[in-house]
Amino acid sequence: MATHGELEVEIVAADHFVWSGAARTVNARTANGQIGILPGHAPILAILEAGELSVEPVNGERLVVGVDGGFFSVDSNRVVIVADNARVGGSVTPESA
Amino acid sequence: MGAQIRVYRQKIASTTSTRKIFKAMELIATSRIGKARTRVAAALPYANAITRAVSAVSSQSEIDHPLTTERGEVRRAAVLVLTSDRGLAGSYSASALKQAEGLFETLRSEGKDVKAYLIGRKAQSYFDFRGRGYEQVWTGNTDAPEFETAREVGAALLSCFLEDYEDGGVEEIHVVYTKFRSMVVQEPSVMRLLPLEVVDEQVTHEGDLLPLYEYEPEPEQVLDALLPRYIESRIFAAMLQAAASELAARQRAMKSAGDNATELIKKYTRLRNTARQAEITQELSEIVAGADALNAS
Repeated sequence: MATHGELEVEIVAADHFVWSGAARTVNARTANGQIGILPGHAPILAILEAGELSVEPVNGERLVVGVDGGFFSVDSNRVVIVADNARVGGSVTPESA
Repeated sequence: MGAQIRVYRQKIASTTSTRKIFKAMELIATSRIGKARTRVAAALPYANAITRAVSAVSSQSEIDHPLTTERGEVRRAAVLVLTSDRGLAGSYSASALKQAEGLFETLRSEGKDVKAYLIGRKAQSYFDFRGRGYEQVWTGNTDAPEFETAREVGAALLSCFLEDYEDGGVEEIHVVYTKFRSMVVQEPSVMRLLPLEVVDEQVTHEGDLLPLYEYEPEPEQVLDALLPRYIESRIFAAMLQAAASELAARQRAMKSAGDNATELIKKYTRLRNTARQAEITQELSEIVAGADALNAS
């Protein structure tokens, strides 16, 4: 459970669970451009563009996840990233997905 | 007499070798069920997240999206039937097809045309044999479905749904698949895919109200992007359930086939022994009779 001032992030792909944990920030690309999510962000539901999104976990290295479309929702510090295909550490190509 | 024994020996030998095949297929199915069930579970977070999002958008904004609105008059419906590629799974495909036939019957009695979309070679051959047309068929990996296939199926059904009736479009889409209840119970069932009834039974544990989201870009566009994914995810879920059911059915069918083979081998062994004994007895009595005849002369 994320304590106050942290984001609780969950990344899921169509057929598997990708990653979950506490994070400080999430950076994603939406149809309108880059969006950075910090704790306390207003509830939002947005469409993800294909590309990379990055998560800065509370503990550990910055995590880069390649997605090829999907959406994400933020509500009360809970970020759910739903991607069609997601791959930790790089971009998704149809072959590698 | 000797011929009789040879016949039984041959039967025992051939039954033993088929039993090996049954056994192997049973073991393969057993080992794959676990994996199939894990995949059903693995697809759940995605399905839950998407269901939650779709219900949030559709409950908050009064949007008339073509995918969620009921059409006034339904004149044509599409039915997607999920069966297996291979047989040797007991009545798995047959009961799914029977369920589909029942649905066709109901739809026709309501005055609707039916367009069939098939998954699995068994459904394809069923339709081909009866000379009935179908729109499209997907085969190849029914026991380990891939999301790519679900996406293709979703796209095909969606484009058909969005077409006008006059151009061959449909106003309703149903899916017939086999629900995996447990290792022993799998039931063929029907689910209406479109128009969507957003079911949020999976998220009931979250008692809190859905938050008031901001949308990016506009709610309409968000819904446009969400709904096809929701449909894909439901088709994929149905495919995964069907795959688990197929494997469970195959495992059961192969187990009972193996048991039957064991029974048969037992029966033939007994018959062979009887035949051998009869032969020995006959030989003995022939010898005794011969000796008697010699003594008597």
